[in-house]
Amino acid sequence: MASDSSMSTIFTDFQKYLDDEQEIRERIRVLVRDLEQTTREIHTQLQLVHQQGGIKQVQDHCKKAEASFATLREQYRKLAEVVPSGQYYRFHDHWKFSMQRCCFLSAFITYLQTEKLVTREETAAKLGVELSRDNGFHMDLDDFLIGVLQVASELSRLAVNAVTASDYSRPLRIAKFVAELDAGYRLLNLKNDALRKRFDGLKYDLKKVEEVVYDLTIRGLKPTEDPPKE
Amino acid sequence: MNNVNSLFMFVFAFFPVKRSRKGEPKVPLDENSPVIQAFRLYQSELDTRHDKHERLVKISRDITIDSKRTIFLLQRVAGSDSESQVLDEAAEKLEQIQKTKFVLIAEELQHEDPYRFIRAYSPGLQEYIEAVSFFNYIKSKKLVSLKAIQQDLIFPKNSDKGQPCDPENQAEKVQSQESNSTTSQSEQTGTIEVHVPPIEYMLGVADLTGELMRLAINSVGAGNLDIPFEVCDFLRKMQSGFQSFSYVSRDVKRKLQTLNQSLRKVETACYTLKVRGSEIPKHMLVDVLSSPFSDIHMYTDDQSMDE
Repeated sequence: MASDSSMSTIFTDFQKYLDDEQEIRERIRVLVRDLEQTTREIHTQLQLVHQQGGIKQVQDHCKKAEASFATLREQYRKLAEVVPSGQYYRFHDHWKFSMQRCCFLSAFITYLQTEKLVTREETAAKLGVELSRDNGFHMDLDDFLIGVLQVASELSRLAVNAVTASDYSRPLRIAKFVAELDAGYRLLNLKNDALRKRFDGLKYDLKKVEEVVYDLTIRGLKPTEDPPKE
Repeated sequence: MNNVNSLFMFVFAFFPVKRSRKGEPKVPLDENSPVIQAFRLYQSELDTRHDKHERLVKISRDITIDSKRTIFLLQRVAGSDSESQVLDEAAEKLEQIQKTKFVLIAEELQHEDPYRFIRAYSPGLQEYIEAVSFFNYIKSKKLVSLKAIQQDLIFPKNSDKGQPCDPENQAEKVQSQESNSTTSQSEQTGTIEVHVPPIEYMLGVADLTGELMRLAINSVGAGNLDIPFEVCDFLRKMQSGFQSFSYVSRDVKRKLQTLNQSLRKVETACYTLKVRGSEIPKHMLVDVLSSPFSDIHMYTDDQSMDE
């Protein structure tokens, strides 16, 4: 019967589609696992800046961490090959968290090195992904912005630990930076999504840093002049 | 004098407070700051995307309404004398949905990754697929293919301006788009489309089963005793198809449950028709048929699940 065969074709075609999709997802999963491994290593390396001695060797730690970005780039290149072109968002859920983590790492390193906010261009280049969707495997703007927000909470921790390590000027600079970041994020008209949720935590980071500055000021520990930048 | 003084004090006491509150966002917005400049860019990019999303949701809602109306219209086939008239009307409605609503989605999705916005227009798309597949079933007793559905949702470029696709014109457009650094298939062929992911198609088709069940019951009421058996056969095939899928999402599983319920109902109806069909006058059959359903009370259940 004609209708019989046409209906079974429809279902077998769909099963094939499911199989193919499953295969792609499986391959993506494996590659993302590698990516996560690398980001964990970089993260561990960067955690050292919070330690007593670490805060004085920030640049060393950054350099070591940066070396691993070559691995990340290679891993992103492999991932980009697996994702069918024009279907980035079909599989986006698989890598969005590691992408956010990577953006965070890149932004944190840039801050430690230059005390500036990383740009999208720099981050994309560092990860070896495209900036714009038109050019292929790219960095989603939301993921980037979420990653940068993680820097704020990392910095609020660093401000506290800097004081412990008797570095009294750093918290002031951090406060200024986080405040500027806050002003930037306030410009965005956010929807009720993941980014918004992350952004809601920013005020606590800011508050924490401001408290550190307050403590330094009230005890006369605040350096009087403009802190010399290294 | 004393009075005036205290008034001054009063004013001064309040003024500074008010002022510092207003003028003291932690960092006064410095438009030259690279951070602020960068965020201005992010702002506009996010706004553009959110706006697009909202527009798509709106269109999708319209499509859902129109598709539901088409389905209601088609359900009236059971009681109507002229099937072809209803079908013509439904065909025209569906075409209207394509030409006035889907074309808008296609325009919005030009140069975009459809999967990024699929959540915005998926409800409308599924309802539309349900309507189209129902229409096709009544017309030809067949399951409409994904290909056929996709075909209807490909539009020539600039169709809203009523320009015929002029090859020279097209070449020009392709070129100008190339400078935009995007070259997708659709641009080369001069068409825009609403991409129908296979999973959306299957979810839409799964909804069809509820409508078929209703059709089967209604047609008994209208005195047509063949349709329930046809529908039953068709639903069984669909059920075995759905049952065979591996790795399916939660959505599909949920819909498969509804499908099973619908099938059960139609099977019970067929059973009743066979057993008691000969002994009861036609016009009373509907009453008999509705009684087993109230036992399992599926009809109302299904209606709420279908939403």
